[in-house]
Amino acid sequence: MKVPLSWLREYVDLPAVTAQEVADRLTAAGLKLEAIHSHGHELKNVVVGRVLEIEELTGFKKPIRHCKVEVGEATPREIVCGATNFSEGAVVPVALPGAVLPGGFEIGSRKTYGRLSDGMICSEAELGIAESSPGILLLPQDTPIGADVVELLGLRDDVLELEVATDRGYALSIRGVAREAAIAFGVPFRDPATVPAPADGGESWPAAIADPTACDRFVLRSVTGFDPAAESPLWMRVRLARAGMRSVSLAVDVTNYVMLELGQPLHAFDRSRLSGPIVVRRTRPGEKLETLDHVVRTLHEEDILITDDSGPISMAGTMGGLHTEISGTSTDIVIEAAHFSATGIARESRRHNLVSEASKRFERGVDRELPLAASWRAVQLLAELGGAVADPGVTHAQAEVSPVRITIPADHPSRVAGVTYERETVIRRLEQIGCTVTEGAAPAAAAGTGVAATGVLASGDLAGRLAVNGDDLITVTPPTWRPDLTDPNDLAEEVIRLEGYDRIPSVLPPAPAGGGLTEEQRLRRRVGRALAHAGYVEVLAYPFMGPRDLDNLLLAEHDPRRRATRLVNPLSEDEPYMRTTLLPGLLKTLVRNVGRGFADVALFESGLVYRPEPDAPATAPVLAVDRRPAEEELTAIETALPRQPLRVAVVLAGEFERSGWWGQGRQASWADAVEAARTVARAAGVELGVRADQHEPWHPGRCAALTVTDVETGEQVLAGHAGELHPRVVEAYGLPPRTCAMELELSLLVPAGPVETPAVSAYPVATQDVALTVSASVPVAEVEAALREGAGELLESIRLFDVYTGPQVGEGNKSLAYTLRFRAPDRTLTVEETTAARDAAVAVAAQHTGAQLRGA
Amino acid sequence: MSNTYDPVEVTPLHADEVARAQADALAAIAAARDLDDLKQARLAHAGDRSPIALANREIGALPPAARAEAGKRIGTARKAVGEALAARQAELEAERDARVLIEETVDVTLPWDRAPRGARHPLTTLQERIADAFVAMGYEVAEGPELEGEWFNFDALNIATDHPARSDHDTFFVESVESGKVLRTQTSPVQIRALLSRPLPVYVVSPGKTFRTDELDATHTPVFHQVEGLAVDKGLTMAHLKGTLDRFAEVMFGAGITTRFRPHYFPFTEPSAELDLRCFVCRGSSAVPGNPPCRTCKSEGWIEWGGCGMVNPRVLIACGVDPAVYSGFAFGMGVERTLMFRHNAEDMRDMVEGDIRFTLPFGMEV
Repeated sequence: MKVPLSWLREYVDLPAVTAQEVADRLTAAGLKLEAIHSHGHELKNVVVGRVLEIEELTGFKKPIRHCKVEVGEATPREIVCGATNFSEGAVVPVALPGAVLPGGFEIGSRKTYGRLSDGMICSEAELGIAESSPGILLLPQDTPIGADVVELLGLRDDVLELEVATDRGYALSIRGVAREAAIAFGVPFRDPATVPAPADGGESWPAAIADPTACDRFVLRSVTGFDPAAESPLWMRVRLARAGMRSVSLAVDVTNYVMLELGQPLHAFDRSRLSGPIVVRRTRPGEKLETLDHVVRTLHEEDILITDDSGPISMAGTMGGLHTEISGTSTDIVIEAAHFSATGIARESRRHNLVSEASKRFERGVDRELPLAASWRAVQLLAELGGAVADPGVTHAQAEVSPVRITIPADHPSRVAGVTYERETVIRRLEQIGCTVTEGAAPAAAAGTGVAATGVLASGDLAGRLAVNGDDLITVTPPTWRPDLTDPNDLAEEVIRLEGYDRIPSVLPPAPAGGGLTEEQRLRRRVGRALAHAGYVEVLAYPFMGPRDLDNLLLAEHDPRRRATRLVNPLSEDEPYMRTTLLPGLLKTLVRNVGRGFADVALFESGLVYRPEPDAPATAPVLAVDRRPAEEELTAIETALPRQPLRVAVVLAGEFERSGWWGQGRQASWADAVEAARTVARAAGVELGVRADQHEPWHPGRCAALTVTDVETGEQVLAGHAGELHPRVVEAYGLPPRTCAMELELSLLVPAGPVETPAVSAYPVATQDVALTVSASVPVAEVEAALREGAGELLESIRLFDVYTGPQVGEGNKSLAYTLRFRAPDRTLTVEETTAARDAAVAVAAQHTGAQLRGA
Repeated sequence: MSNTYDPVEVTPLHADEVARAQADALAAIAAARDLDDLKQARLAHAGDRSPIALANREIGALPPAARAEAGKRIGTARKAVGEALAARQAELEAERDARVLIEETVDVTLPWDRAPRGARHPLTTLQERIADAFVAMGYEVAEGPELEGEWFNFDALNIATDHPARSDHDTFFVESVESGKVLRTQTSPVQIRALLSRPLPVYVVSPGKTFRTDELDATHTPVFHQVEGLAVDKGLTMAHLKGTLDRFAEVMFGAGITTRFRPHYFPFTEPSAELDLRCFVCRGSSAVPGNPPCRTCKSEGWIEWGGCGMVNPRVLIACGVDPAVYSGFAFGMGVERTLMFRHNAEDMRDMVEGDIRFTLPFGMEV
């Protein structure tokens, strides 16, 4: 809302303070300053002049005039001018040498077109009144020559641009802002809406409300004999421009001016285009309307319409119809001022994607008592400025509405704020905003049939639950321009904000005893740190994916990752799904980094994936809000939502250990991907099982299934995969060759419990090396498991230090060389003991895996 | 060994011979150029077969009366040689140390970036830092799903069916607009979940991912992060809200950095306020005319940070909490925005794209 200070000062006696000080007070009251637009402060030396003589200069590309202009000085000034919309005797604004125009444009005395030009005759645009103007601004003939134009036209003004919260419809008017400013400065407020508006004299045009849920007050007034050629006066054009509205025609400008001033949107009909009584109703099947913007709109059954015998003539509160629009020949005008349903207009505006100054106000709530006064103000202006005759009659249709009444203890605002406000202060503040305050409790008013307030009114049980009990009750009836005030806390806010949010002290509540982070939250942080320390950079990719990703990842038709949740309005039609795996986002981020010149990249992400259950209900119920839902109701929502487990994934390509002056580095490999999973598992305190698997999108020969032990059942559960990606996946995403990846479901990594302290023996270690020959197809993990099993309790650690394939071990075999370390907790082991343990280990390995001791 | 005196055999014990042997030894020791030379000299002049050692063996052949003197002579010579050896040994070792250690000198400024460098995303670590500030105040970290029921995301928060936020201009709808499922537009549904699932009083903070259908540009991203706080207890007031946020501001931005409330409207709080942070760079001085301008707060002295207010009693009722007994406050702020002004990050796209150059400098903490 743009508020010219000069307009504001008409209704409130502001002290002599700067625009910034006014803005600061309003901001503190909740009307936040967006910007101050200063106008005309740099404008000077512009005076009223009369053109005495005009000499047309010839021989130039465009018409040029050399004028003699009387400016209240001893001798007239000579001025060269390119405009032609004035004749001798015209009264015009003249910028004298030394004048500065908006934008810092300085006027000097200079030679141009071979003549002296001792100033400039100005247009509206040059004076900063309009964006553009076709010619010179012509002033009324009786304007005093030599007078200061800036003073005369009120061009020097500051405009406060205020942000108005969605519940404060009343502040979208000079009237509403003036009321707040008056309260903020503690000065009187003159309400421009309290004009005596005649309300009798018969109907000005027949009208009726057919649907009281759509409109609960509908007022029409009319004028006749309006001069369609009459122009809007300059002061009105200046104000409209300052407030951010374009001047259109006198009739339209008047409706806009009254709307800005009072907050009541008005609509003007050409009376000659109306046929039969006006009815406010909802749409009938098949109805259409061509609106002012020449668009034929198909109306929705819930749209609120102004209709006559011909059908719809206007979309209530959003946009008028073309047929009944005021035109350049309209002389008889009907002005509509109504009170429409806020939600009705909000929906209508959104359905048709039509946001207008009117719809903005109706949506936020308009004063129900304004239509009579605002329509009267409009017809008066039309009469005064357009030569029209105001019709004494008025059409006034309305539905019964009961006022909202709220009972609170007088100390309720104090209890909400934690500040003590005197009883008188509470009542005074509420009365300042227009409330009526009475002592004691009053029964809640019976619901009327009018339109719903912007704040949703509480009824029945909810009203009872919202009621605040206590002693010293007062009953508050909010003013008609504050439909947002419905609950006890709404009143508390008014008192607290007017007393000043800055009066609220800073008090730390007594600290509750918190339990700190949960195990899962701690684990998530550890995993992130561990991967970052291991060389991975975290990314936060958008959790969307597309059908192409599913194909790129080579997912089979029935792969569960293809069962994805689809968005109704995705950012991009290429990615309409919620991710079921973290890999697409990571792989695309990897490609982006490679494309930006980073060949060696290792990335990780930890985040949710969305896995809809095949048999989940299609809809999550939207429950009531006047009570706590039953557990079954909450469960009904939960079961309709997809499972959203937390996952962690890495992707890596290029060198994982860099080449450098020390020598050759090492390319990222499947082993790094598996190790990343082990890093995560270690951070989680979980033992990870690794076995060969074939699983898309991984290379079928270089893919590890990752398993963890289920704490409840003790069984191994699949938790993810790691390895090198399938070459076709690499190609599909444009990844570097042999890109590797790991993905693990973090939600499954549950530590078994606190770590058992190991016994640390001080006795010496006994070391035995063994070399085993096994079939190349036997996984190393199985051999190690067998050795561990056979070696028994004396085994302290086992380490594979060599893997050999070649002629010495025979075709299809491999040799595995292990160091076994033995140690007893209570004695020094003898050679016989360790040899026996080693032999036992080898024996079990032989039995389970067919391993043979090399050289045996 | 014979007890008879044999003048030939004892020649080596003559004083001249011993002196010559000592002189030869000292000369050889002095001539040793390195530790290997000295080792040779030691073998030749102080070893088992050196002249002095051989002479020493002959002492028994002397008449008893002469033995003491000869022994003394040999002893003196051995001591002199031994001392010379030790001195030269020390000298040569020092020389070697000095030379060799210099030869082994390396360029310690050589890079050693063999291992890859990783980092955590600053939005993650900033959320953790914020959460920690509240955990230290006794709060717990609450979480909820990102794909959320509309009832949790809107209705229970007193956001009416016709609120503009509920249109598909702002909200990502899932499956169909009637499915009752959306991508949460705020972390506030976690408030509802916390109130429904936790015993009172409740003090929780909930950082997390949120979604709105904005186009990605320098200051907007459709997927962003918020941190939400909620306290519901007996007797909580706006003063407690102010105290909590002032403390939080100090923890995040340093002593003396406070907050300011401005009246505002949110459906889920009443009264509501917008939350401003005292500029932690200029501390408000730039707002005074004549003082140097401030880039962080654009010379306003305050930085818009988030929203807050007293939990709307309607929200408490929807969660089965009796507003006659309990009151609460809630607050929320954008993590991206906080990162922007706390770290002079100018473009939100950098936070989204995953370019390693953006993330690496943040390391492990923010």
